Amino acid sequence: MSRTTLDLWVGLFVALGFAALVFLAVKVGSYADASGGTTYAVEAAFDNIGGLKARAPVKSAGVVVGRVGGIRFDSQNYRAIVRLDLDGRYEFPVDTSASILTSGLLGEQYIGLDPGADSEILKGGDKLQITQSAVVLEKLIGQFLFNKAAGTPAHETPAQ
Amino acid sequence: MNALLRRLGAMTVDGVWRLGFMARFFFALLRYSGQSFRRLPLTIREIYFSGVLSLLIILVSGLFVGLVLGLQGYDILQRFGSSDALGIMVALSLLRELGPVVAGLLFASRAGSAVTAEIGLMKTTEQLQAMDMMAVNPIARVAAPRFWGGVISMPLLAAMFSAMGIFGGWLIGVVAIGVDDGAFWSQMRASVDFRYDIVNGAIKSFVFGVAVSLIAVFEGYDCQPTAEGVSRAITRTVVSSALAILALDFVLTSFMFRGL
Repeated sequence: MSRTTLDLWVGLFVALGFAALVFLAVKVGSYADASGGTTYAVEAAFDNIGGLKARAPVKSAGVVVGRVGGIRFDSQNYRAIVRLDLDGRYEFPVDTSASILTSGLLGEQYIGLDPGADSEILKGGDKLQITQSAVVLEKLIGQFLFNKAAGTPAHETPAQ
Repeated sequence: MNALLRRLGAMTVDGVWRLGFMARFFFALLRYSGQSFRRLPLTIREIYFSGVLSLLIILVSGLFVGLVLGLQGYDILQRFGSSDALGIMVALSLLRELGPVVAGLLFASRAGSAVTAEIGLMKTTEQLQAMDMMAVNPIARVAAPRFWGGVISMPLLAAMFSAMGIFGGWLIGVVAIGVDDGAFWSQMRASVDFRYDIVNGAIKSFVFGVAVSLIAVFEGYDCQPTAEGVSRAITRTVVSSALAILALDFVLTSFMFRGL
């Protein structure tokens, strides 16, 4: 095989390979979303984070505005400290509240941000003051049963 | 008893010696790579033989793997009423595992065995010694271009395998079964992370490329210079490449994907 045909085939092969990589990056992966843009980190303390994992999305109004950067335990106050890496393009007031929510009934857990009304803007290193912990299903059911038992006297059971 | 122990000792010493020889061979390969890159057409020729000629088997296998993933994934996911997540399942299983591993296994049996056979036959017909006599370094002239040809081809082939597989999954899921096209792509894009999934998969395929190419070149270079020796070397290439790929895959996966 002559040199030029060989070069042509190899060139075609390499181009195809890179085309496949670009296809994977752009069409399959979220390369544009994870553009490595600037982020700023804020912290939030929760009583209970449930099943929240690092890298879980942080959403506001349903739009992903950042990721959970890390989770650690504060042994002084016995609370979980969650670091949120927020996208530098978005700004939030300092009195923004964070709550741990679940997408769907069985879906993954994420952090929802509800913007406050303060005119001051959150900066890197700030701490969110208002947080709401994850809902633990077992506790909820336990509470429900407890209330039910306490609220209905024995002779008024719906069985009658 | 004495003989048995002696046999065990001999086997151990032999194994360690071969491993050491392989490591020295690897360093020699890296050392003379500069020399072989100065004659780039040699490496380009090897990319043609290892990469371009493996293209057909890689693309066709990728398509079929994707088709099967589409069918099996749909069958499982629709039980949970989440057939929209088919795109995620197909893309993640291909990018993280099946792409690099299956492409690596195919590459080892298609291209690695050919490299071993070629170098083994060169050794058997004393071409390597002849080169040495003419002051041409056989590692720089024969081994290094084949090694780098494989190392460059393998990640590209794995990427094409994954892309083809996702196309196959789309073909079954969206075109044949009727999963929503928008949900298929948007769910996939929302869950596949560039750094975490795609780059890690590419690193895997690169490591497999290095392992397979090194084993193929080394087994050819180290074979007994007889017809039987060459055939044994080819068998060893395919077997140890497959083992190396699967073992390395476990090690890499345990470092890369631990769910944090």
